Amino acid sequence: MRTALFLIPALALAPFAIAQGPRTADGHPDFTGTYDITTLTPVMRPNSMGDRKALTEDEAKAEAKKVSDALATQNKASDPNRKAPPKGGEVLENDILGKGAGGAVGGYNAFWLDPGNSVFKLEGKFRTSIIVDPPNGRMPSMTPDAMKRAGARMGRDRAGRSDAWWIKENITPGPYDDPELRGYAERCILSFGQSPTTPMLPNYFYNNLKQIVQSKDTVVIQNEMIHDTRIVRMNGKHDPPEIRRWMGDSIGHWEGEVLVVDTTNFRDQTGLFGADRNLHVIEKFSRIDGKALLYQFTIDDPTVWTAPWSGEMPWPVADGRIYEYACHEGNYSFGNILRGARLLEGEAMKANK
Amino acid sequence: MLILAALAPAGWSQSLTRGSVAARLPGGKPDFNGVWQAIGSAHYDVERHIARPAMMLRPGPYGPLPAIPVLRLGAVVSVPGGMGIVEGGTIPYKPEAAKKRDENREHWMERDPEVKCYMPGVPRANYMPYPFQIVQNDRNFFIAYEYAGANRDVQFAKPVPAETDSWMGQSYGHWEGDTLVVEVVGQNDSTWFDRSGTHHSNELKVTERYSLNGPNHIIYEATIEDPEVFTRPWKISMPLYRRMEPDARLLDFRCVEFVEELMFGEFRRKPLPR
Repeated sequence: MRTALFLIPALALAPFAIAQGPRTADGHPDFTGTYDITTLTPVMRPNSMGDRKALTEDEAKAEAKKVSDALATQNKASDPNRKAPPKGGEVLENDILGKGAGGAVGGYNAFWLDPGNSVFKLEGKFRTSIIVDPPNGRMPSMTPDAMKRAGARMGRDRAGRSDAWWIKENITPGPYDDPELRGYAERCILSFGQSPTTPMLPNYFYNNLKQIVQSKDTVVIQNEMIHDTRIVRMNGKHDPPEIRRWMGDSIGHWEGEVLVVDTTNFRDQTGLFGADRNLHVIEKFSRIDGKALLYQFTIDDPTVWTAPWSGEMPWPVADGRIYEYACHEGNYSFGNILRGARLLEGEAMKANK
Repeated sequence: MLILAALAPAGWSQSLTRGSVAARLPGGKPDFNGVWQAIGSAHYDVERHIARPAMMLRPGPYGPLPAIPVLRLGAVVSVPGGMGIVEGGTIPYKPEAAKKRDENREHWMERDPEVKCYMPGVPRANYMPYPFQIVQNDRNFFIAYEYAGANRDVQFAKPVPAETDSWMGQSYGHWEGDTLVVEVVGQNDSTWFDRSGTHHSNELKVTERYSLNGPNHIIYEATIEDPEVFTRPWKISMPLYRRMEPDARLLDFRCVEFVEELMFGEFRRKPLPR
């Protein structure tokens, strides 16, 4: 049975030395606090690094410098005499974010971005990826059906194009035909990044704060993006199968010093790399020391991946608190995206006459 | 015991008794943990009112009738009467603010932020017809609302002016005996108090008082101050009820996707009938 198989990799995550720290009145570790999970370590290891789990200190420093140099370049004052940027937007020197995010016209200035300033260190090593299982630090291969679905989503956004290319290429439905065809982040239904749902991964962009509040029977995990609250019922039972949630239904229990959170009951689409309603996530929270928690997770979705996969990262304690991220309330862009597509289609039709 | 003082027309709220604190946290503070919800018609109209045909009206030959856009919803969109949660029955609007309230009511469907699934602000969040959950420990008091996933993290610190306005504002708490007092500042001017056009400016300051009354009730009071809009501070009060179902919990109500057709449907490549 798939469930039984699933437990093995979850337990295979390397055990860490468990540090003492604040405790709740009923004797459990007290993780209540705010955490900043910004990091330069990617979720998936670059193919070129193979099974190499760690960077050398020099490599880690070089990685950090690459990003800080790029931000510094982009933060330089603009030349007041510069010419208009080229059609389709400009890509700046050292652009780490690429067209459409930091560099192109209509994107963000680097001032607003917080991609991180270092790769994270665990067990004294600078890690090359958050994923630790499979050992190549990459997601296992997808099932044929999931691959087909993922393929259908490819190439539906083309940065830098300012024409209705989908009309010219006779693609139906076009990528901007209906609101439902756009991403969850554009629609302000979920955040963006590699996991806008459960598990909680950095988005490599900004606003990576998390907050935990523990009571006797509940753990709240507040995500800065996009003011998403997860409520974990301790020692509870999962919701019946009819009840589905965008971030899943989370129940928790203590295994000694480790808070284990089990999440199921997702919706048909989850926002996590094509995972579907069969997604099952197990997360483990423990304390590394006074400065950080250890966050570990195992993901299984038998209709999407051929094997479960696991990852881990530190959650460093943060100063300050989460400010409200009101996504939908200020989402003027979404209507404009659709309106813009209608305008481009009109131009394309006119040109075809 | 909860005594509503025979629902006396004026000032009934003052006689909501604060009863015993049934449970305390290990550190001694009253324990507000749980899923709570208001009962009543305050979410339609916080002021004292009799039932009316609809949330949006037009003049009829013999009196107000439902406005065209809500006509087909019949009694489902009618407003039930209510004794009101406002002390004294009515909100002390300045004349020009009262006028704006009336205009808001006429244009309810286009203007009520609830229609667009915007975050509700305080105090409206507490008496919408959705549950909310308090998660509390000795240092923290977090409120998660089912509606629109709104939430508040009460800071136990000296209030400071908000750096910028937000939909749910900044909540600063302190204890006065067994009552939690929360000052809410920094709310923007875009939220309402109910579905009846009641509005405020971004000068709004809400001072809430949460007091337990036995195991299953909170006495909720709030003083509303906004010199831009009101002639004097005014007060609301109401009980909040514990949701007693053994499986009481918040579910997803991410209404953003439910209002997508309303807000963006006209920009589809092939718009549906509207």
